[in-house]
Amino acid sequence: MTDRARTAAPVLTVLAALAALWYLAAFLTGGGPRAIVPAPHEVAFAVAQGVFGAPVTSPHSLIYHAAVTAATALAGFALACVVGILLAVAIVHQRVLDQSLMPWIVASQTVPVLAIAPMVVVVLGNAGITGLLPKALIAAWLSFFPIATGMVAGLRAPDSLQLDVMRTYSASGWDVFAKLRWPASMSYLFVSLKIAATLAVVGAIVAELPTGAQAGLGARLLAGSYYGQTLQIWAALCMAALLSLAAIGATDLAQRALIRSRGGRA
Amino acid sequence: MTVVEAAGLSIVFGSGTQQTTALDGIDLTIARGEFVSLIGPSGCGKTTLLRAIADLERPTGGTLVVNGTTPEAARLARSYGYVFQAPALYPWRNVERNVMLPLEIMGVAAAERRERARDRLAQVGLSGFEGRFPWQLSGGMQQRVSIARALSFEPALLLMDEPFGALDEITRDGLNVHLLDLWRRTGMTVVFVTHSIPEAVYLSTRIVVMSPRPGRIVDVVESGLSAERPLEIRETPAFLEVAHRVRTALLAGHSYD
Repeated sequence: MTDRARTAAPVLTVLAALAALWYLAAFLTGGGPRAIVPAPHEVAFAVAQGVFGAPVTSPHSLIYHAAVTAATALAGFALACVVGILLAVAIVHQRVLDQSLMPWIVASQTVPVLAIAPMVVVVLGNAGITGLLPKALIAAWLSFFPIATGMVAGLRAPDSLQLDVMRTYSASGWDVFAKLRWPASMSYLFVSLKIAATLAVVGAIVAELPTGAQAGLGARLLAGSYYGQTLQIWAALCMAALLSLAAIGATDLAQRALIRSRGGRA
Repeated sequence: MTVVEAAGLSIVFGSGTQQTTALDGIDLTIARGEFVSLIGPSGCGKTTLLRAIADLERPTGGTLVVNGTTPEAARLARSYGYVFQAPALYPWRNVERNVMLPLEIMGVAAAERRERARDRLAQVGLSGFEGRFPWQLSGGMQQRVSIARALSFEPALLLMDEPFGALDEITRDGLNVHLLDLWRRTGMTVVFVTHSIPEAVYLSTRIVVMSPRPGRIVDVVESGLSAERPLEIRETPAFLEVAHRVRTALLAGHSYD
């Protein structure tokens, strides 16, 4: 057995077991086009049809819906990065903010996003703001939390010795930030970004539910459950999973580039 | 010309029952061009004294003058280089960029930064390692990088806190020879904290012997050895005699309570 085969074998075994269970469930629940649990090959076929069976601009295309969701997730993620990092910088440099802001940041995540989402949509809708922004805000709501908390830890990562080094050069506060705290926080930031990227996708999908969105994977999920189209739900789920994977992959690539610039270690 | 002058210097940490007297009634004058070692058992305040000179600790009593001014003003004027017990290199910077760090902060132009970094790295025998990262170097090489970093802006005063304490004896011997050579060539003032008697005697023009609880100076031993010091000098009677005086002073100040 080669090394590759040895590492692949356990993964493939689990995969085969899962597929077997899935087929069993599909068989027991009846099957057919409106099956409660469609079989794996049926889901695969539905995904393939959604991806290749319609032009990408058509509302029947899964690519089209995935792109809508991806745009929302990306906008929300960008917003979350800006807000999360700025909050962390403020908290690390102002003790008062640590005590006053941190509890609210934690509290923000204790409110279910499903409850927040319709509120944001309604309030902004009344103010005449519709489209991407309300959805991006909801995605950012979920996404900023790991970035803010991760960066607070990261910016505080330098030990007293590394800080003393700066002090002996009588470095300015800006130098301590730019040449010590910021670079020291990068490994923390990328852990946070991976979590935040998947949360942005989740947030984008959740945001599409109450907006009554015509487009997006969330809208497909909603429509699917409305009309009992289980295959449509499963196909949208698969696309959502692929989207999350792509998001993690992208942050992973950025992290690798950073590590390479640092000589191979984070 | 006096570089460091302490009179009745004391430092007390904490308050109430948690209070510890780290330094008590320290009188010490260090002239330009001297190589002074501070030696003593752990807890004798030798590191605290060095940190006070560097304005990393605030005295709670007495006076301390560095370069004719307060320690803080001396630090703000960037008048000393400091080598810590650990190399404390920034792992995300390669060797050259670590050495250039103080120069960046002090606003030296990019071309000159690079030139000076290469020069200092050559001085500590690390030419050709500019592009390496700290984790790719041995402990001794890392500490040499940190010495090059402290020397990058050519301070007239070099403060070293047990810089070779974590290294094996062979590496330490090599670095001692190197450091002595550097001191002779540059004419800078060095204050060196150690707990090794041979190291203190080999390097210093003067050895300040300290005792713990509270941290006090028990004796100051003038070396009198010639400036030319091959490693073999450590087996000569003159060297052993100085070492004996230091050991006697250490024992006098040491209690096993």
